[in-house]
Amino acid sequence: MSAAIHPSLGQVAATLALVVIAALISAWQRADLERDIGIATIRSFIQLTAIGFVIKLILDENRLVFVVALIAAMVLFGAFTARRRARRVPNAFWPLLVALAVAGISTLALVVALGVFKAQARYLVPVGGMVIGNAMTAAAVALNRLGDDVAGAAPEIEATLALGATTGQAMRPIIRRSLRSGMIPLIDSTKTTGLIFFPGTMVGMLLAGAAPIDAVRLQLILLYVLLGSVSLAALTAVLLAHRSFFTPAHQLRELPHPAV
Amino acid sequence: MLFALEHVSCARAGRSVLADVSVDLADGTTALVGPSGAGKSTLLRLLNRLADADAGVVRYRGRDVRDYDVLALRREVALVPQLPALLPTTVEENVGYGPALCGHGADVAAALELAGLDRAFAPRRAQQLSVGEQQRVMLARALALGPRVLLLDEPTAALDAQARDAVERTLLSLRARLSAALIIVTHDMAQAGRLADRLVILEHGRVREPGEALTA
Repeated sequence: MSAAIHPSLGQVAATLALVVIAALISAWQRADLERDIGIATIRSFIQLTAIGFVIKLILDENRLVFVVALIAAMVLFGAFTARRRARRVPNAFWPLLVALAVAGISTLALVVALGVFKAQARYLVPVGGMVIGNAMTAAAVALNRLGDDVAGAAPEIEATLALGATTGQAMRPIIRRSLRSGMIPLIDSTKTTGLIFFPGTMVGMLLAGAAPIDAVRLQLILLYVLLGSVSLAALTAVLLAHRSFFTPAHQLRELPHPAV
Repeated sequence: MLFALEHVSCARAGRSVLADVSVDLADGTTALVGPSGAGKSTLLRLLNRLADADAGVVRYRGRDVRDYDVLALRREVALVPQLPALLPTTVEENVGYGPALCGHGADVAAALELAGLDRAFAPRRAQQLSVGEQQRVMLARALALGPRVLLLDEPTAALDAQARDAVERTLLSLRARLSAALIIVTHDMAQAGRLADRLVILEHGRVREPGEALTA
């Protein structure tokens, strides 16, 4: 394996040319995204730089307690972020928090137990970040669909409840659809990986000079890990969140109006 | 007494829908009549606990409805909603759905026949039927439970005159053939007169006393 590459700040600044292209396209087509592009660029710079220093500190210290603290912070922030996508779901924060924690903890514990990665900060931090990031997206998409489907199918749900169905029985088709919505994007991207796009880990390793076969194997490990964690996150979030639409007497609550 | 409502109040979306309603609903066929927004459908939903009152008590055969097992109550007091809301599957599976929930088989042909549909409808996709036919499948789905009380929310509201007359004939036939009590919500006073033994008139969330003038 070659030595790691060391991109300079100048090289990072040079890529802003591509960001300018994005802003120009938005302005030309009046997509009104210039401000969002600017915020995204600045936020990503500040957040990644800050997390870079945090990760450096954690890797230097190599203490599991710091790893656990960082992952807990990612779970917390992920739940807050995903909640905004699930505005139609009452009290969505708690199901999301539990879903991300379950996905993160169980996935990391399993890969360590299977001997895929060692229980060291240099493995657990990047893999944990990847797992929680993907789990957050999947859980948010699943809950977004759940909220929309409950609002759209309220008469069907009540008609089923009126026949003596439990909340779980009445919600089964909607839970199934929500779960599919959360999982399908990753399954599709896993299907097309290597054909239509090269995933980030593989690209990063190739750029860093790793042997292609090593890059591919690590990428496969991460893709399979992500499939499991995303499924766990979507399932946990949907199973916990769907109950908040109902009273203990299997009655559909009045639905909240989403903030516009 | 079949149902007794005692000082029942209920609000939906912050708006009072039923205000201090006290009324008895006897066995037989009762029509809840009143203009749109009078609280008829809300009252019907309280009877099988699709919703609970904010204040007051709803009794079924002398017992507070909240003292019953809610799922058993809904199978005994079956509600047919105003608009068809069927599962995207066959008529047969829709009609058998309620009994299947508690592990029972259903006499689909008998339920369809009671609802005025031929058994040839059984294998057809429910959502490819006309609204009138779907409404009958909804009725058959409730009848398959063998309910002791049938709650019908505006059973002909979405139908044209011909389909409405056909559903009315079916309901009159049900009255004669079933031992179940029927509570029918309708905004049509003439229909209420044709179908029911007695009327309960609702206005602005209150029960109008006999002899009181109708303002709407």
